Amino acid sequence: MHAFFLYTLIVIIKIVVVFAVTLGSVPAIVLVERKVLGWMQVRPGPNRVGPWGLLQTMVDGAKIFFKENVIPNHVDMLTYQLAPILVITPALVISSVIPFGPDIVIAGHRIPLSITDLDLSLLFFFAVASLTIYGVVLAGWSSNNKWSLLGGLRSAAQMVSYEITLSLAAVGVLLLCGTFSLHAITEQQGGGFWYWNVFRQPLGFVLFLLAALAENNRLPFDLPEAESELTGGYHTEYSSMRFAYFYMAEYMNLFLTASVMAVLFLGGFEPPYPHQFGTSWLEGVHGIIWFGIKVGFFVFLYIWVRATLPRLRYDQLMYLGWKIMLPLAFLNLLGTAVFIAYGWQWWQMGLVWLIVLILTDLVVGHILWRRRRALH
Amino acid sequence: MLSIDLLKGFAVTLKHMFRRRVTVQYPEQRRIETASFRGRHRLQRYADGRERCVACALCASVCPSEAIYLEAAENDSEHPTSHGERYAAVYQIHLLRCIFCGFCEEACPEDAIVMGPQYELAQDARAQCVIDKTIMLTPREEGFGTYDFDFPPPQVG
Repeated sequence: MHAFFLYTLIVIIKIVVVFAVTLGSVPAIVLVERKVLGWMQVRPGPNRVGPWGLLQTMVDGAKIFFKENVIPNHVDMLTYQLAPILVITPALVISSVIPFGPDIVIAGHRIPLSITDLDLSLLFFFAVASLTIYGVVLAGWSSNNKWSLLGGLRSAAQMVSYEITLSLAAVGVLLLCGTFSLHAITEQQGGGFWYWNVFRQPLGFVLFLLAALAENNRLPFDLPEAESELTGGYHTEYSSMRFAYFYMAEYMNLFLTASVMAVLFLGGFEPPYPHQFGTSWLEGVHGIIWFGIKVGFFVFLYIWVRATLPRLRYDQLMYLGWKIMLPLAFLNLLGTAVFIAYGWQWWQMGLVWLIVLILTDLVVGHILWRRRRALH
Repeated sequence: MLSIDLLKGFAVTLKHMFRRRVTVQYPEQRRIETASFRGRHRLQRYADGRERCVACALCASVCPSEAIYLEAAENDSEHPTSHGERYAAVYQIHLLRCIFCGFCEEACPEDAIVMGPQYELAQDARAQCVIDKTIMLTPREEGFGTYDFDFPPPQVG
């Protein structure tokens, strides 16, 4: 009975902490994004509220919380109210399977540093992450507005197209690791950065990165909410906290996808030098710090991409998704399976995929160059 | 190669991240106005205190947004307001209509109306945006104002 109580308490504490961090990542990432975008555009970014503008997103959150919640007359009430919840819930649910540190032992109890250490956590991630799209499509449809509907439909088409590439790119890692558990995948990459999957699966990494950008509706692929075309897309008719839900879900998904990418390809909480994790809480902090650094790297990469690349046209998006990335994902899966069957060394596999990546680069670059020349 | 082109773009944004910011932190810092800055209009005086404006109304006729209204009056021969025969009894500029093009300044044969350095022109009411001589005329204490093109006043015969 005592052990059960303690176990429950630990789980509750972990849930509270993880949800707080996931929700808290939203204002943090928004602030960092606005700051970094500002710097890249040779301006200082928010710097008025609080020291160095640190409280800007807090104040924005308070403002949006107290705004009037306008519901237009022409919406479909049930789905309209349901959509923001359907968008934000998957993001929070996904956060429960992210392993952010090694197991630690406190008072004789082994505590894994994730809310739950599912055996199928990667599958769980894909299953729940793809539910987000229901909220987006329902939001677009229930708004009863042409542009919102277009935004929702674009989102549906885009997420369906890129979901396949995303999953297939991850299957390469699954073949290497032989497990669905994110915790086990992380531990298999321990012992130095040369064990990280990014060096075994460079092609899979690039595919996963691009597909994740598209899944999160980040800038080169942010067609569902293209401001200049759709005046905001599926969340045009939303205001106040309902709008904030969409916004928060977007940034939470960014944070969580960055986490999964760190786990799959950069060894999660494993440091880049050989290190055997002990079981003290200090070792847990050690792991969490490395995990944070890797997630931060991906978040910065996302912001950097946003500052650099322009938005694709819709046909270009579909061209890239179906004609370039999907075949490559299949090739990656097939090749990895063959390499594993023949027992290749990791560096041989990495080298082959790197060569394939460079060849793809050349071929795609050539196709684009020819297309551009044909237009002139 | 596609990736090299992409990396070039990424390098550009990364370089800009460490550039010096160009933003002026407005209420605390201010941009230094150049002599050619076109802010709110001023009506100049000669060093002896007389107004330059002789109410020829060229400014009002050249104004593309018809923001200038003026009424002329004869000078009192004992105590002339301007150096010419007439002076502007009423001189109003509607700042909400003004587009700060500076044509009035160019048209003025007496260099009486100039575009000054003031640019903080927000007001509480529309009526306050119609400014007249009490606001535009350079105060007597300032002599002929800050603009350095004073000629000796012509003698009124």
